[in-house]
Amino acid sequence: MRTRIHPKNEMTLRFPSLAENERFARIALSGFVSALDPTIDELTELKTAVSEAVTNCIVHAYRDTVGEVTMTVRLLEGGRVYIRISDKGCGIEDVGQAREPLFTTAPDEERAGLGFAIMESFTDSLRVTSRRGRGTTVTMQRTLTTRTRP
Amino acid sequence: MVDIVYSPERSEVRAEVSGELDHCRAADLRAAIDLEIMKRVPRTLVLDLSQLAFMDSSGIGLIIGRYKLMSELGGRVVVEGASPATAKLLRLAGIFRICTVHSFEEGLKV
Repeated sequence: MRTRIHPKNEMTLRFPSLAENERFARIALSGFVSALDPTIDELTELKTAVSEAVTNCIVHAYRDTVGEVTMTVRLLEGGRVYIRISDKGCGIEDVGQAREPLFTTAPDEERAGLGFAIMESFTDSLRVTSRRGRGTTVTMQRTLTTRTRP
Repeated sequence: MVDIVYSPERSEVRAEVSGELDHCRAADLRAAIDLEIMKRVPRTLVLDLSQLAFMDSSGIGLIIGRYKLMSELGGRVVVEGASPATAKLLRLAGIFRICTVHSFEEGLKV
């Protein structure tokens, strides 16, 4: 059993997998995380990671349909940000393969196959769990640089 | 938003992309830029990203797609005005190997 670290603040959003909500997810994250006084680079990188995760839900998980995307953000002790984005879509057949840079199932739509590689390089840790037909959950954590924060 | 300008003397199509470049916007941008490329068949496509507020891997897909198209037409792609954050993405995707990139970051080094 893992003990859950009590968050200083937490929010959960649920929204339909519509493309315009990619931007909404980034703005919501940005507003919420700003309490930790991140640097511009840190904020941009977290926004990019979230954008990739939400886009995956829209483009892949709910390919020909619209479903619910859930995003939870926790602000933890020591400037740590926890982000979980999950869907109840088609799931990923082979997570290992999906995480390989340049692997994409949608080359005709000019998907670069870099979503997971970007999430991985812009956060400290990335965990992907998926079950076919049940959905996918992406969990990312990043500790922000120490600045003058309470 | 994208402003597209053609310079016949330089055989150059310049696309200045502003706002945010994500999956939601990529298809419209792609259509607008490709329309101009097919109309002009330029030697150079300049993607000016200096007015871009945000870009994710959809932007990488857009650049790679235009690189393929321009290569087929015997031309090249130049990426200009990449912010440090965008330059990091371009580096991760290997864009520096296939396109000429002028970023703010590089500009500062000079």
